Amino acid sequence: MIVRILGEGQFDVDESHLDALNELDAKVEAAVDGKDESAFRPALAGLLDAVREWGSAVPDDTLVDSDLILPPADAEVDEVVALLGDEGLIPDAL
Amino acid sequence: MKRMSMIFRAKASKALDKAEDPRETLDYSYQKQLEMLQKVRRGVADVATSRKRIELQATQLQQQSEKLQGQAQQALSGGREDLAREALTRRAGLQQQITDLQAQHAQLQGEEEKLTMASQRLQAKVEAFRTRKETIKATYTAAEAQTKINEAFSGISEEMGDVGMAVQRAEDKTATMQARAGAIDELIASGALDDASGQPSDDIARELDQLSAGQSVDSELEAMKAQLGQGSEPPAIEGESGRSSAPTAQQAEQEGKS
Repeated sequence: MIVRILGEGQFDVDESHLDALNELDAKVEAAVDGKDESAFRPALAGLLDAVREWGSAVPDDTLVDSDLILPPADAEVDEVVALLGDEGLIPDAL
Repeated sequence: MKRMSMIFRAKASKALDKAEDPRETLDYSYQKQLEMLQKVRRGVADVATSRKRIELQATQLQQQSEKLQGQAQQALSGGREDLAREALTRRAGLQQQITDLQAQHAQLQGEEEKLTMASQRLQAKVEAFRTRKETIKATYTAAEAQTKINEAFSGISEEMGDVGMAVQRAEDKTATMQARAGAIDELIASGALDDASGQPSDDIARELDQLSAGQSVDSELEAMKAQLGQGSEPPAIEGESGRSSAPTAQQAEQEGKS
């Protein structure tokens, strides 16, 4: 699956990581729901780091739509609220 | 999140609906892509300008801070602890501003790097799009082109949305810092930064400057006296030479003022 981190680019992440990503996503979701800025920052960093680690960067000249779009690393809680769907950042199934 | 990529795609397909020959939308979109590319490059230049401005300000404040440090030392050796304390207090205020500027500088540098990368990514994608566009126009009839065009649009509209947001974020951040930088420029220009409390150049600053000037006069006098073979030390009254230097400096200060 193709994951875009806004402001950073796209990553090709194997779908086998979806469950693990969803666990990390749950932490982000909880922090966002509780408007807990101090928990939000490490949670988002953890999710983005996982995408960077498990994924390989999509070449710049590749034109492909993303399956998921994640907030930029320096996003504020309020910005993420605006981006979030009901399923958190990572949907339960693609 | 999923919703967002939908928004990008919806915008792209709206553009598609307008044209009678779908192949025209390729040129239209390509034009938009080039515009976005220019926009992000302008963004990089704007952020770089702000960064350089902050660098310059930090240098100016640093020089002012060093000047105050020197004045504090002179004041102390002239027995004016009150003035030395004042100079150091002002210096502390400046240091705080310098620290703030350094933080802003790091932030702008981060934005600049992000936008530079975004610009490179978009440029590569626009080039890939142009290649596909030419192939589609050369190979397919209007009737056949639609599917190929939809494929060509995949990715590029999302990238455009992303880059557009990145430029907007950078602009927002720079605008805040520009306002603060403007305020600091005015302070530097007015000379008010001699005083970190923000008040215009005052008696204390003047006194510090006079002390600096007085010190150099004193040391020249000392040098001349030494050449003439006169003793530079006034006679010690209580036999404790360490205490005699302070009143002497104050006397010199008094003479300097009259």
